[in-house]
This record gives sequence, C-alpha cells and structure tokens, in this order.
Amino acid sequence: MPFIVERSDFGQFFTVLKGMGYEIIGPRVRDSAIVYDRLGSVDDLPIGITDHQDKGVYRLRRRDDQALFGYTVGPHSWKMYLFPPRMRLFSAERRAGNLEVVEERHEPRRLAFIGVRACELHAIQIQDRVFLHDIFKDPVYEMLRKDVFILAVSCTVSSSTCFCTSMGTGPRVGPGYDIAVIEVLKPVHHFLVEVGSSLGGEVLSNVRHREATREEVESATQLVESNARLIGMRRSMDTSNIKELLYSNYGSKHWDEVAERCLACANCTMVCPTCFCSTVEDVVDLKGEHAERWRLWDSCFSNEFTYMHSGTVRRSTGAKYRHWITHKLASWIDQFGTSGCVGCGRCITWCPVGIDITEEVKALQRDGGVVVEEEAVR
Amino acid sequence: MEHGDKAGGSSSSNSSSSSMNSIKSRGRSGSSSSRGRVEGGKRPKLAVWKFASCDGCQLSLLDLEDELLELADAVEVAYFLEASRAVVKGPYDISLVEGSITTSDDVERIRRVRKVSRYLISIGACATAGGIQALRNFGDVKEFTNIVYARPEYISTLERSTPISEHVKVDLELHGCPINRYQLLEVISSILNGKRPNINSYSVCMECKRAGNVCIMVAGGIPCMGPVTRAGCNALCPSYRRGCYSCFGPSESVNIRSLSNRFRELGMDDGSIVRVFRMFNAYSQQFREVAREEEVGTQ
Repeated sequence: MPFIVERSDFGQFFTVLKGMGYEIIGPRVRDSAIVYDRLGSVDDLPIGITDHQDKGVYRLRRRDDQALFGYTVGPHSWKMYLFPPRMRLFSAERRAGNLEVVEERHEPRRLAFIGVRACELHAIQIQDRVFLHDIFKDPVYEMLRKDVFILAVSCTVSSSTCFCTSMGTGPRVGPGYDIAVIEVLKPVHHFLVEVGSSLGGEVLSNVRHREATREEVESATQLVESNARLIGMRRSMDTSNIKELLYSNYGSKHWDEVAERCLACANCTMVCPTCFCSTVEDVVDLKGEHAERWRLWDSCFSNEFTYMHSGTVRRSTGAKYRHWITHKLASWIDQFGTSGCVGCGRCITWCPVGIDITEEVKALQRDGGVVVEEEAVR
Repeated sequence: MEHGDKAGGSSSSNSSSSSMNSIKSRGRSGSSSSRGRVEGGKRPKLAVWKFASCDGCQLSLLDLEDELLELADAVEVAYFLEASRAVVKGPYDISLVEGSITTSDDVERIRRVRKVSRYLISIGACATAGGIQALRNFGDVKEFTNIVYARPEYISTLERSTPISEHVKVDLELHGCPINRYQLLEVISSILNGKRPNINSYSVCMECKRAGNVCIMVAGGIPCMGPVTRAGCNALCPSYRRGCYSCFGPSESVNIRSLSNRFRELGMDDGSIVRVFRMFNAYSQQFREVAREEEVGTQ
C-alpha cells in the first residue's frame, strides 16, 4: 500500500535517519555538476536544478519549479562509497627482522543513500553479485554494503543519454530499496512512497504520512510511465542476440574505426556504476620497516591491466574498447547472469569525445558482423 | 651554468648495464640490517646531475622537507651541488639526471655520468623530452640566437635539445614539469627495498576520477590535456578546475587527432591546438609528430 508524504514533511526522512545514526549521502551541486556527497538536510539537495546531458556534454540548468529530484544521474555513482576508489587493505611492519601484518581497522559507517535511481539500484545489485557471490566475498565491500539504507527515486525526468528502458532497469524502481518515492510536483508538491523493507517501514513510521488514494497512485505512476516512453523514443539499444553479436565480431573492422575516436583515457570505466576492476599497489617507507597495500580503481583501458610476462596483452585502443564493450554487454551475462550495463548513460556523457555505446552497438548490427582477419585488432 | 664535470667524470669502471637485481636481491635477503645497503655496509650513494634545466626538479628533492632527514639517513647524498659543495667521489648507486642535452659538452658529460652510475634515472620534462627549450627543435636555432643575443658567435649550442635517453641508456624516466617529489621518493624507496616503483603511464583522467573530480571538459567545456597525459600529479590542475597542461607529457595511449577535434568543437583554433602540444613536452615522441601533423593541417 503506497503512502503520501508531503513536500513539507520530506525533510523528516533526513532527521529520522540521522537520529538512527546514519550518515546521509545524496545528490548535491558541486563544481557545476550534481555529485554524491554528504548531506546535512533536505535543503542540500539540488532544489530546482536540472541537468542537460549529451554525448561528452553535461550542463546544469535552473528549473522553473522547486523539484528535489528533477535531474538524472551525474558523474558519481554509489560505487565510490561501496567500492572506494582508493583504499588501504592492510599494513605490514618489520619487527626484529620479521614481517608482521597489521589488519586494517575500518571505521563502521552506516550510510543512507538518498536519491538512488532505478538504474543505479540495478548497478548496486550487479556489484553485489560481483563482490558477494558464492564463497568469494570481498570483505571490504561486504562491510560497507551491509548497513546501507536506500531511499530510491523513480525517475520522472530523463536525459538524452538515458536508455534504461532498453536494459530493463528503469525508470521505475525495482526491488531492493528500503523506501522508494515518486516525486509529484503538481498540483501540490508531494511524494508517493512505497516501503520495501521492515527498516524502511520503521523509518516511514517516524515521518508524517498518510495512505495514498488510488488517483494519487495512478497519477504518480503516469509520470514515470510517460518518462519511460520518452526515454525509449530518444535512445535505445536492441539487446536481442547482443551476446552473439559481440561474440561474432571479434575481428570486425569496426574496432579500428572506434579506435580513431577513442582516447583510451578510461573515463567510461571510471564512471560506470558496475565496472569493478582494481589494482593493488604496495608502498614502503625508506627504511623498509613499514609497508602498505592499497587497492585502486583500475581500468581495462590501461596497458598495465593486461601486463603479463610477455608484455601487455591488449595494446591497441581498438582491442581495449572491444574488450570493454564485449565484457559489459556479452561475457558479463555468462559470468554473472545479467548484462553489465544498466543504461545509465554515464559512459556516453562523460566520454571526453562523446563515444556512444548505443551507437557502437547499432554500428555492429548494421555491419551484420562483417568479420575480417583476426589480425586486424590486437 | 653546467657544473660538475669534476666529480664523477674521472672515475670509471662501474658497468652501466648492471641491473636492478643487485640491490633488489639485497632487499630480499632477510636481515633488515643488510637491506638496501651496498657491499661493505655502506649506504647507497646518490648523485644529482644537472644539464639544461631550471633546477626545479632537483629542488623537489629538497622540498621533501618531512622526509629529508630520513632520506639522508637511507642514502649517502654524495653529489648534489644544488644542496652542498661537498662532493664524494663516484661511482654512484643512484644518479638522478635533470635537464636536457643542448651542447656538445653535455653529450660527453652524460656519457661520463652513465659510466659512474649504477641506476641512471632521468627526472623531469627536460631530461625525458627535451623540455621547453626543445621548442628550438621546431625552428632554426641560428635564427633564434641571432635575434636574442648581441654576440651570437659566443653561443655554442646544438641544433636540438634532446632527452637523456637519446644519448645513454636510462633505467627509469620520471616525468613532470616539475616531477612529483613523492614519485621521486617512491622510486628511491623502491630501489632501496627491491620492489618495482608505482609509476603509472595511464591517463590523468584515472587519477582525476579516483579523486572524485567533476570532468571540467564535459561539465565546463574547458579544453583539458588530461586524456592524453600521463598520470603522476594526482590531477592537480583539474582538481582546481583548470585544464591539464600536460606537464607529465604523453600517456601510454595518445590519440591527438581525436582530442584535437574535440578541442576544435570547444572553440579552439588550430594554432591554439598546436600550442597546447608545444609545451614542456613538445619534443616527446608522440607530441612532436602530431604537432607537425596538426600544423600541416592548418596551412
């Protein structure tokens, strides 16, 4: 049963969560973008701000209303909190000629994510599968993830780079949230609220709310559905047989064509909410008495990433891009049971030269899998 | 201007081809007392050499204020005229070479430095790419000296300013204008401890994104050299909302044509595009070729 929380009461979510010991992380304006950072109160949200996004372009604009969530996803994703870009894994001390490993003491943090979008919730769940599946659990991710409270938002606005409808990830929030809301601006600014967990129910019980009428549910749902139609019309990716498409195009000449534009700068992998690759670096002091091992975000676009005894495996930019898109859209399915792409469009917006994953797939589909010699891209 | 012929020049005999393994194996040999020491229990000898340069990279060694005492404890600063007139004779375990080769004397002297050095590490844009003074390489040096100097016949200089690696074998290049002093510390402590230094050649964008910065090119329309520039500065300029100047020179994957096209879309004219590549690392292998190509494109 959905509920209604009036705009004037929405700030209570913040006070209630803070009262429960949560550190609130959510969207706010910084450096000409909407980033994810600590929020003090509801007033820190990008109120009345929206984003214009296109290939390689991101600009903030003022809205003519006071919407709290009138924008889409920005340069950050929640992975920076669950899979931090830089993290010390452990230290080691040399004592009397022996090496002693010092385990890392992680400060327990209870994070509440405010404004998680449908595609982003899918991305978190994809990383859950990567880091928490089977017996191979990443202890850092597990520790950071376990106490996260998620207040999700179904999107009633979208950017030109969004294509969640093609990936089946949005704009309506799916399971996995504690609280999910749809923001309704007219005639009276309010939120349609759904509870997805007992914790969510506990939080809502401390926020002023009432049951929603059927009309209120319908009109809020309408906003999300018409947004879904808009997204589908504006940008799409045909995912039927996409695995076979990519698997049969290893030798396509198209990769050379992409390489003419691609900078191999790794921005797409850094902003992707599901990319999970990391490297480790050991640092040691001059005396050799104290050493630390750090985990850093890595990228399949770096030469070091595939460096082995005989050198770097994927040297050309074409081979690197092919690997990235093939893993993201095809081999990810074999590996984890879902696509690695949630259609958030970040790789399109934040590519400095505006390379568009949906267009690259279309180009391969147009070529119909023209296979040239394997030697073409190495 | 170029000091130091005396110090190591007369000494000889240390093979320039000795590998990292010698110190490395000592680093692994178990007992902490033997770690990183040369035979006879002495500290490794460090030398700092200057060629055509502004001294900024050498100074970054002195700028390691918090670590300087520890560093002086770990290595014997045997030859460092910027810091001390006291000179200890070679051979040296670690030679840091700053500056580019611009005179025929330089050509001779760098060979002598190589002979007395176990590890030769070139530091900075001058030593690794010829520096800002390599802009002469794109013009006629005689014309320049005639314009600049009252008595150009006093000027004895080579036609090109070239990196150290064009003259002798270099064991490691540390990029930047100036270098990042913490990278220098990382290299020295890596040599002392027998590990591979964490010096990366991927793009500045990786460091910029790890820092959580908002891309200034995408969100601000500001031309930025980050995508083609080697990491190492922790994305210093983009962190302050400035476009990257490519102080660290070309990254491992450079696509200048594509980035130039983007710069053009952002409103730069072709002359400005050539100039952003004609900076501290203009004569680096990757930038020099494409700078020519782009220039040809404008004619």
